[in-house]
Amino acid sequence: MFSKVLVANRGEIALRVIRACRELGVESVAVYSEADVDSLHVQLADEAVCIGPGPSRDSYLKPDRIIAAAEITEAEAIHPGYGFLAENARFAEICASCKIKFIGPSAEVIRLMGDKNAARRTAIANGVSVITGSDGLVESEPEALETARRIGFPVMIKASAGGGGRGMRPVLDEDQFLAQFRAASAEAKAAFGNDACYLEKLVLNPHHIEFQVLADKHGHVVHLGERDCSMQRRHQKIIEECPSPLLTPKMRREMGEAAVALARAIGYENAGTIEFLVDPASKGYWFMEMNTRIQVEHPITEEVMGCELIKEQIRIAAGAPLSPHIQKARPRGHSIECRINAEDPYDHFAPSPGTISMWYAPGGKGVRVDTHVYSGYTVPPFYDSMIAKVIVTAARREVAIARMRRALSEFIIRGVKTTIPFQQVIVNHPDFLAGKYDIGWVGRYLEQRTNDQ
Amino acid sequence: MELKEIRQIVALMNQHGLSLFHLEKKDFTIKLKKGMDLGELREILAVRSPGLAVPAEPETVGGKTHTAAPEEPVDDHRIIASPMVGTFYRKPTPDAEEFVKVGENVAEGQTLCIIEAMKVMNEIRAENAGVIAEICVEDATPVQYGDVLFRMK
Repeated sequence: MFSKVLVANRGEIALRVIRACRELGVESVAVYSEADVDSLHVQLADEAVCIGPGPSRDSYLKPDRIIAAAEITEAEAIHPGYGFLAENARFAEICASCKIKFIGPSAEVIRLMGDKNAARRTAIANGVSVITGSDGLVESEPEALETARRIGFPVMIKASAGGGGRGMRPVLDEDQFLAQFRAASAEAKAAFGNDACYLEKLVLNPHHIEFQVLADKHGHVVHLGERDCSMQRRHQKIIEECPSPLLTPKMRREMGEAAVALARAIGYENAGTIEFLVDPASKGYWFMEMNTRIQVEHPITEEVMGCELIKEQIRIAAGAPLSPHIQKARPRGHSIECRINAEDPYDHFAPSPGTISMWYAPGGKGVRVDTHVYSGYTVPPFYDSMIAKVIVTAARREVAIARMRRALSEFIIRGVKTTIPFQQVIVNHPDFLAGKYDIGWVGRYLEQRTNDQ
Repeated sequence: MELKEIRQIVALMNQHGLSLFHLEKKDFTIKLKKGMDLGELREILAVRSPGLAVPAEPETVGGKTHTAAPEEPVDDHRIIASPMVGTFYRKPTPDAEEFVKVGENVAEGQTLCIIEAMKVMNEIRAENAGVIAEICVEDATPVQYGDVLFRMK
């Protein structure tokens, strides 16, 4: 086991890693920017090194200063958390060349799965379905129509030069296809100066379901079930739950096996997450991407599967085989997480930095609050706006939902706006109770709300 | 220590507006705390490495913090703070002369010290001419971003 680990992150995840280190008897080193000098992760670590001014690019994103901090404190390993340098292959390489263990997979694997196209090809090569598409641009109308028929309707026409949600046209059935294709090409030419388009299968109202995998150096690879993260807005997750209300046991088994096979095939080490898109209508599922790091929402897997993922990450990095309780883990109960952000959900989620004048976090049976915030803390403007995660666990989904309603109603945060009022609406909504929501739900709800006003 | 003496200490604390009194002797320790503030939180959570600990009482103004040394502020002194993380050296090699001494006149661009990180020796140069009033870090000591290295006149 390492004698000292440096945490190259901040906020709640830095605190999380430091707590795991403490329980393992490992000394911890925090790095911090000048804006984080009063942060809880700095207070709790055994040592702390200031690495720069507030802005991330001058501090938390500076590999040289982080490595220098590891050198002067003689840290043997670095836990990158999530975000920042967690999926930076170059940083992982630098750690390796400085003989500091990067707690995660190798730089090669990070690089491979970080390239979306390479990741898709790897998935296909290992028998994992990916979203069907035209495999490149469609040159002519007859070719486009033929390809669309092959893929199967509904399809999405995508401008090659588009991006960020722009230049996409859905086509629900064959009758409309040619007209839509002509219009899409013309629009693309006008907007991007390039009329080239490709096609992709369109999944209506999909779920985002991800599988947690863990692999050690000794050839053991397991999955620890799924998390349903469909309650999101513009790819920002708001609520996650485990297990997914959508999956059947058969789907869970197949998708889990696919995730393990993929991780094993690429020689994965440590914790990772494989994301799938799932069609509630056909129960079809497709590989989207792999995140080669620990995720924000890892606690709901911990609660249901009875494990401690951060400690396991550190153990794996130190060369230990997967713990017996991980290899034999079985799901029990239901867990839901709400990400509490300092944002105004009814003003386009505008960030709301400021000083917390009052903070009372919920408690009681089955309520876990992961946070670095306390009363009197000032939320700095430089970083993402997540200030807490509320995780509830119960024997059944209905009880977990009731528990989340209670927990959110007890949470008092004064001084900044938070997403709590919106999350209360969601967990009281009949769609959520029925498990009938998808990645478009939040967008549709907010649009409806704006129209109603 | 007798109750009478403890009362005297409490009275002195109130008189001088102190919130923490901590005395450690060979055979006993006494710690008296008043009120709840960030300083107390730090004490409770005990950052244990003095050399690299969070600096006491930083002045935080909208995110810009000065990790000032605890002496009285000296008005006409400019400080040179560390722009990086690493090990501070006053000499180019162990048996060479120090780059600069206290009282010495330095020119703009003159090398004042080396900060070593990842086996790279980074020369830290004076941005302006001046006189070295104080060298604030011992030779071969680790420094973090913002640590005061020199005071200049």
